[in-house]
Amino acid sequence: MSTAISDTRPSDPMPLPEDAELAPLVEQALACARQCGADGAEAGLSVGNGLSVRVRMGEVDTLQQKRDHGFSITAHFGQSVGSAGCNQLQPDAIRAAVEAACAIARSTAPDSCNGLAEPELLARDPVDLNLYHPWAVNPEGAIDLARACEAAGLAHHASIGNSEGATLSTRSSVRCYGNSNGFLATTRGSYHSLVCVMVAADDNGMQRDYWTTVSRDPARLESGESVGAEAGRRAVARLGAAPIDTRTVPVVFAAPIARGLIGSLLGAISGGSLYRKASFLLDQLNQTVCAKHLDILERPHIPGGLGSAAFDGEGVATHDRDLVQAGVLRGYLLGSYSARKLGMRSTGNAGGAHNILVQSQRTLDLPALLARMGNGLLVTELMGQGVNMVTGDYSRGAAGFWVQNGEIGAPVEGVTIAGNLKTMFTQIDAVGDDVDARSNILTGSILIEQMTVAGA
Amino acid sequence: MTDHTDAAKPAATPLATAESALLGEAGLTRADLDRALGHLLVGTVDAADLYFQRTRSESWVLEDGIVKNGSFELDQGVGVRAMSGDKTGFAYSDAIQLPALLSACGSARAIVRAGQSGTGQPLSAASAKPLYSGTDPHGSLATQDKIDLLTRVDAYARSLDKRVEEVTVSLHGIQDTVLVARSDGVLAGDVRPLVRLNVSVIVNAGGQRESGSSGGGGRYGYGYIQNEDRALSYASEAVRQALLKLDAVAAPAGTMPVVLGPGWPGVLLHEAVGHGLEGDFNRKGTSAFAQRMGEQVASSLCTVVDDGTLPDRRGSLTVDDEGTPSQSTPLIESGRLVGYMQDTLNARLMGMTPTGNGRRQSYAHLPMPRMTNTFMLPGEHEAEEIIGSVENGLYAVNFGGGSVDITSGKFVFSASEAYLIEDGKVTAPVKGATLIGNGPEVMTRISMVGNDLALDRGVGTCGKEGQGVPVGVGQPTLKIDQITVGGTQI
Repeated sequence: MSTAISDTRPSDPMPLPEDAELAPLVEQALACARQCGADGAEAGLSVGNGLSVRVRMGEVDTLQQKRDHGFSITAHFGQSVGSAGCNQLQPDAIRAAVEAACAIARSTAPDSCNGLAEPELLARDPVDLNLYHPWAVNPEGAIDLARACEAAGLAHHASIGNSEGATLSTRSSVRCYGNSNGFLATTRGSYHSLVCVMVAADDNGMQRDYWTTVSRDPARLESGESVGAEAGRRAVARLGAAPIDTRTVPVVFAAPIARGLIGSLLGAISGGSLYRKASFLLDQLNQTVCAKHLDILERPHIPGGLGSAAFDGEGVATHDRDLVQAGVLRGYLLGSYSARKLGMRSTGNAGGAHNILVQSQRTLDLPALLARMGNGLLVTELMGQGVNMVTGDYSRGAAGFWVQNGEIGAPVEGVTIAGNLKTMFTQIDAVGDDVDARSNILTGSILIEQMTVAGA
Repeated sequence: MTDHTDAAKPAATPLATAESALLGEAGLTRADLDRALGHLLVGTVDAADLYFQRTRSESWVLEDGIVKNGSFELDQGVGVRAMSGDKTGFAYSDAIQLPALLSACGSARAIVRAGQSGTGQPLSAASAKPLYSGTDPHGSLATQDKIDLLTRVDAYARSLDKRVEEVTVSLHGIQDTVLVARSDGVLAGDVRPLVRLNVSVIVNAGGQRESGSSGGGGRYGYGYIQNEDRALSYASEAVRQALLKLDAVAAPAGTMPVVLGPGWPGVLLHEAVGHGLEGDFNRKGTSAFAQRMGEQVASSLCTVVDDGTLPDRRGSLTVDDEGTPSQSTPLIESGRLVGYMQDTLNARLMGMTPTGNGRRQSYAHLPMPRMTNTFMLPGEHEAEEIIGSVENGLYAVNFGGGSVDITSGKFVFSASEAYLIEDGKVTAPVKGATLIGNGPEVMTRISMVGNDLALDRGVGTCGKEGQGVPVGVGQPTLKIDQITVGGTQI
């Protein structure tokens, strides 16, 4: 006999801890490091809650409930450091991690570039950037949303008879970071996503594609129906895809993958790549690295932004920065250590870039961008790594559509696109206005004058 | 004398070690596991499991000639899974203690409507012969010796050529202790060491810079890396690769014959057929190989296996993460598709037998069918014969990584060391290039297989649905008659 469903419904997830519960733990960890002989320390701890539901072919496939904890500490002994972490927040676990970090710091070699961030760079009274919108959706509600999303994809076209499902995930977390230069701050964030993967089939075989919506605020997610329909549309559009002949042609990186291209540029101007001399943009500060119509801006304080942060992973205040102005490289992405290695100051990028905006004097809508390309390849998916960050050599698998006289034509797959990133960035001919806001890198589609396409 | 006493004592089994570490310290008993499993077996739940894990990991990194950072991480928890038909409910707790365990059970079973609580089979210890020693890497070498090892590798790399500008050496060691308790009564434990050393270098010739990297490891203590100057051989390999690239010409673009070298280029098999033969994709019908069991899917020269039983290999497992002993699973025999890799869920739903391929990144992740060590058995030809048979093509001996779209069958893998073949001779080195093909098509175009089977050095990590697990690959030298090479030179 079945009893009421409420009997087995899990209790609501435990709420995230209050700021006042976390800050003392960080302070105790820092004090513990001092007792162990450390001259300085920095510590972070986090607690997260999550729910993830996948519905496939109309039925629940998986239901996952998550609650995780994390603690990390870096201890400084003179100019030597050691790090440790654990997934427990009990005082004895934290103490053990602190002691492990201190033991390591006593063994590592001194490096004059080690050390906490300079006190004058630390954020004071960090502003609230509106990043925390927890979603009180219960498993049944999440299942309904995922089911409606998948159903819209399955219903999109007769050639769609299979699916890898629709997955709704929600996560909220709190993190407290402090260091012995007096910085202590707690931040909260949330991240929600709905992704749908559709499989279409015809006589030529199967094709799969997906669509997704992400936001920090559940109210700002696209509707499940539109996500499912777009996933279906994309899968169907790929049916019959085939390689084209090997040739040199202009290429448009569709907005969702253009951000990866910009990501390669950000990687090349990151401190770690630069001081290790593992960057194709070494010594290029104040040199032209991109087409002159391009600006690349960092805007860390966009309310609700996916990459927004008032301070970086070391407590350093973030600022609006222009990384590339009119094609000229104006700034690097540096944390304290890499900044000192390069004889510079931290730029508030310990942990990476914040929100990145790609802007162009030559912005066109997508039809105009494709018309400007004329005949060429519109790339909608990239496969594999194939990027040499030292030389900029670029060779990746690609799929997309052949564009003839500015019109999207036959689907293409089984080809590679190749070139060198240094050349590709200077050969950016125009940028689409179809900005994809689903990551911290906000860019439209990018037209590159020419690349080698290898195919049949 | 103490040494003698310890040596005379029979080594604890992995299960006993895991029970002691994961249950004993938390005051949990087998009866508590029975109770938790009973708590999961409600209504239509037809299988459930508990996965306890403790992972100790450390890493040491050398840059600029000094070991400037080290880190240590301790993670533990228990993952709880309830399955009803093809539905899975999952929850986990970072705390290993009874209330947290029962609470996770309550969340995991939310997948089904309530019903009478059930009782699982009584737990009984599964035995499998350990494929690696329970050596804890951390204690296998003193801290100062770890630092000295890295320093020696750095000095050696720099001594090889004055163009060596930057050297990064990292040493990683993991001790993973797991315990699986299943509602069908299986109770299994495993203690898995894993070490790895990586060397990467940048060389500078008058402002032209190139990189090279190498490394290796397996399920050992650090002694493996120290022995036979393995670490130094990784350094010379990294330097050799970087220097070679200084002279590389543009890679060709287009479709051509390609000869793949032995060992790590076996990433071909991992991408072209391996993922497509994982049970979940075939049960769901989303793999390009679905419904093709028994059919010819590769040339008759191809026999491919997934073998988790190779002692001490990075991809090997005494038991998988569901407690199933690993095995050698034939996937393709003389070109014919003969087997899928299965976990318990997909095997049950497909009416097949689990193959010991149920793996998970950690207690906080769900198990899935995953590869272990995937390789092609040797053929008859000498490598020289195979190269000599190609008029114009590419000889690729080292790769970065690869990936595959299992639905369309399209896969890529990126050559990091390759040469032109001209008139049957290996000539100029070429820049890195991605190769792309369709798995089922490319496998039918394998026209020669060498007698020089080699496995990789123990550096592979496979990603699937966001979960990473250590794997191995291997193959003999082989020839693909036609595949697309993604260079720039037309």
